[in-house]
Amino acid sequence: MSIRFSFGGDEHIFAEVSESMSLEAFFTSLSMTNAVKAAGIRGVTEICPANASFQIKFDPDRIRPADLLKELQSMEGAASKSDATLKTRIIEIPVFYQDPWTHETLMRFRERHQDPSSTDIEYAASVNGYGSVEDFIAAHSGSPWFVSMVGFVAGLPFLYQMVERKRQIEVPKYLRPRTDTPKLTVGYGGCFSCIYSVRGAGGYQMFGITPMPIYDPNQKISYLTEEMCLFRPGDIVKWKPIGRDAYDAAVEAVEENRFEPVIRDCSFSLADFNRDIDGTNAKLMEVLHGR
Amino acid sequence: MAVKVISPGLSTTVQDLGRPGYYHLGIPISGGMDRFALRVANMLVGNDEGAAVLEAVFMGPELEFTAPATVAVTGGDLPPKVNGEDRDSWSAFQVKAGDRLSFGFLKGGARAYIAVSGGIDVPVKLGSRSTYTLGALGGHEGRALKAGDELAVGGGGGPGKGAVPANLRRMPGNPAELRMLPGLYWHRITSAAGKQFFADTWKVAPEADRIGYRFKGGTALDFVPREQPFGAGSNPSNIVDACYPYGSIQVPGGTEPIVLHRDAVSGGGYMMLGCVIAADMDLIGQLQPHAPARFVEVTMDQSLAARADRQAALQRVRDHLGL
Repeated sequence: MSIRFSFGGDEHIFAEVSESMSLEAFFTSLSMTNAVKAAGIRGVTEICPANASFQIKFDPDRIRPADLLKELQSMEGAASKSDATLKTRIIEIPVFYQDPWTHETLMRFRERHQDPSSTDIEYAASVNGYGSVEDFIAAHSGSPWFVSMVGFVAGLPFLYQMVERKRQIEVPKYLRPRTDTPKLTVGYGGCFSCIYSVRGAGGYQMFGITPMPIYDPNQKISYLTEEMCLFRPGDIVKWKPIGRDAYDAAVEAVEENRFEPVIRDCSFSLADFNRDIDGTNAKLMEVLHGR
Repeated sequence: MAVKVISPGLSTTVQDLGRPGYYHLGIPISGGMDRFALRVANMLVGNDEGAAVLEAVFMGPELEFTAPATVAVTGGDLPPKVNGEDRDSWSAFQVKAGDRLSFGFLKGGARAYIAVSGGIDVPVKLGSRSTYTLGALGGHEGRALKAGDELAVGGGGGPGKGAVPANLRRMPGNPAELRMLPGLYWHRITSAAGKQFFADTWKVAPEADRIGYRFKGGTALDFVPREQPFGAGSNPSNIVDACYPYGSIQVPGGTEPIVLHRDAVSGGGYMMLGCVIAADMDLIGQLQPHAPARFVEVTMDQSLAARADRQAALQRVRDHLGL
């Protein structure tokens, strides 16, 4: 995999590891950004890993753009050979699929959708060949997901489905983005699921909502006092379908600041995963459920 | 010492030079969109150049002071008045306790910067006082000001440093010329489309805010045909979601370019043609909807020369004010 570098104006270098998404491309991006961090290159001000690419912001008054480019290129060989393993976390996210709030929103923006006569999740189920929405929800919530990028807005995770490519869900984005998306909507676009951390514009299909905040600028929520944003690239997520009662109970627990998310430490090896996807995922589920 | 908000204007926020270091979490740098004007406003009232000020867009707020202060208004031509009497922009003036600062109609540009001696003293969040409204972070309660808000002002500040003449200021031309370094996904469009992009005169669309400025009225882009890569999405303007640099020009659907600014979304799935160079980002902050603009192709060397020019222009202001 040869990285394509390009300057983004006089203050950024953009690096595309691969045009298409894969966990291999993500791990190369992650090891490159870790190497850049460790190198402590003068003038580098921000290091942003993304799904299959990354971006470095720099101060051209402190380092010449061409010199920084050379340094980055010199790291490429080591990064592509690095061992793709992670000490990370698996996090359970409760999801109320087909909730009334995203339903109300998607009905307001029907004219911007490919299939105005169905809902977002009905459309997604149909274009992915699932016979029913229930089967589709079982597929979406049945495997773990890999956080391959954090961004768009504060703390929003992009999630990549940990199954073989032929089983991966793919859904087009809205024809024209909505101007509104409820906070904590679970969305889908391209091959990525996401959680909208804040209310705002969005182009991803809307499947449901989680009661569990993932961003807190006031740092009051018990598990967000140290960091405002819950997610980091490399985290692993498991969706847990819940109904209205469990959703309401969780919202109440969040309001009283006694909600306790299920978060466990785990490790992940890309080689092990590629050798045995179902076995790797089963082990992750054992870690999550404390068995 | 405090500033009371009598009326907030259209969208007035607390801003300083910004909050670098959290873009990898989707938290943008924020800060003043016209940082040249922000720095000069602070110089005029004797503050550090990066002190927090108020950024008002299109329409000014009305403010009441609880104690004497030195004030300066820079940026777009939004005429300041104290108790209804005109004051000069780009010039320090004094206010007494109980005085009211208001503004006439905007005559040029888009954003005014209101500096008060001592600086606006909202809590520092992740190293900055800047407001990021989408994330409800920083500034005054993470939002634009409302009537009834009261803002603390830091102590100190001097008698004021005079005025900055017109030849030392900077505003966009007509049409605005935004210099741009092609790159990123520029190779995705045909060479004819690339030539046309620079030949067209665009107009700022109504969707123009701190996140980004949309431009319309130019020619739709022709893409180089390809089979869309896995995960990118089906439109030829789609890419696998990637980071968006500040100043990057994305073109959803190939029709209307959007230049991301200080409250940028940090990433997404649209191809970008390159970036407006850092030296010209201040100009975008002074464009109103319907303002004509052109993109002008430059090289990296020209970008760096423009950068040096901007630093020299700032130094000329410091020299003029004896700083």
